[in-house]
Amino acid sequence: MIKKTVANVREACEGIEDGMTFMLGGFGLCGIPENIISELVRRNVQNVTCISNNAGVDDFGLGLLLKKHQIKKMISSYVGENAEFERQMLSGEMEVELIPQGTLAQRCEAARSGIPAFFTPAGYGTEVAEGKETREFHGKMYVMEKAFEADFSFVKAWKGDEAGNLIFKGTARNFNPAMCGAGKITVAEVEELVPAGELDPNQIHIPGIFVQRIFQGEKYEKRIEQLTVRKRN
Amino acid sequence: MALTKEQIAQRIAKEVKDGYYVNLGIGIPTLVANFVRDDISVEFQSENGILGMGPFPYEGEEDPDLINAGKQTITALPGASFFDSAMSFGMIRGQHVDLTILGAMEVSQNGDIANWKIPGKMVKGMGGAMDLVASAENIIVAMMHTNREGESKLLKECSLPLTGVNCVKKIVTNLAVLEIKDGKFHLLERAPEVSIEEIQQATEGDLIINGEIAEMKF
Repeated sequence: MIKKTVANVREACEGIEDGMTFMLGGFGLCGIPENIISELVRRNVQNVTCISNNAGVDDFGLGLLLKKHQIKKMISSYVGENAEFERQMLSGEMEVELIPQGTLAQRCEAARSGIPAFFTPAGYGTEVAEGKETREFHGKMYVMEKAFEADFSFVKAWKGDEAGNLIFKGTARNFNPAMCGAGKITVAEVEELVPAGELDPNQIHIPGIFVQRIFQGEKYEKRIEQLTVRKRN
Repeated sequence: MALTKEQIAQRIAKEVKDGYYVNLGIGIPTLVANFVRDDISVEFQSENGILGMGPFPYEGEEDPDLINAGKQTITALPGASFFDSAMSFGMIRGQHVDLTILGAMEVSQNGDIANWKIPGKMVKGMGGAMDLVASAENIIVAMMHTNREGESKLLKECSLPLTGVNCVKKIVTNLAVLEIKDGKFHLLERAPEVSIEEIQQATEGDLIINGEIAEMKF
């Protein structure tokens, strides 16, 4: 067994530098690497590019980095929930690249899998395709999209073991698996870290080969963005 | 009478057939789930990674790890499955999802759709809409016939940045059900007590009216 455990979030984030590109898992506030985001805020790393489906809310998730003006560029598919984000984008303080959600996921997956580029129908005929190669396959038009290049992938899983194997829960899985192994170094934070052998190999979602560092997060707030419930009769 | 948002959803629900996997967008499309007949089997896909999405949880049973693409807390029905975003969009681009229902700011008569950006004003992003409209064979747009200023949303050409080209085939608005064919809007049904003239006035694009146009039935 190749051991991937590090003591804590500080050790897990060793080597991060200003100007780097990070991938961060999560959909809205669901399945985001909360402890790592707090550490990025604490370290006050500057001028970073963040690849993340969303940008958090004003006071949680990536919104915390936004507030401190640590982000130079965001690559996302949907940023509707964050007023400060919209302000920084419209004022030009922050560069933003909005891309289709499936393209975002596939550019991660491609980076992980050694595929430099691929063709997708998403965005053909729109401003997303401007300046990109397009090609016809079987009578339909496609746009060439390239794999991401990132320095770190920061992901969050439900359970993990010392070997870096990961299991996700519910829809907190989202972008996390595709980002594992997509950056040069993948750091996984988990709610529960167990010794090797305790997780059933049949149930592993992401094998440890894609994870370089793993630690158990100190605490999880797991904030709900839109609480919707129904009444019992 | 023009339809309410609930009635638009109710009319669209009639298009949902037994055995369909359906992706619902945010807004009116979300309401469609409430009106699907009980005697057919349908599974709802949410692109953040669930098939077999159920209703909102009972108070106190909400799970922060279980949300839909609108970030609302939901439940999973028996037979549900979870998957990652790359696989989710594999389902969508690979045309495994049978029906996509989404909202729009504008639709043009050749089937172009705009629903993600108003330059200089509203920039929220396209989310999964571009992947959905570029891939789905069967797309229904749910929207009001006109915008808040009373201007038509069914146009000769979209004025806003496009989400997809040549992809919309059916539209259900508060006034009518329309089909897009041969680069024109074709009126199929009208809302109860809404006249053809009213629909014509609210439609900027070319509108084809062939024979008697029946009122919608629910």
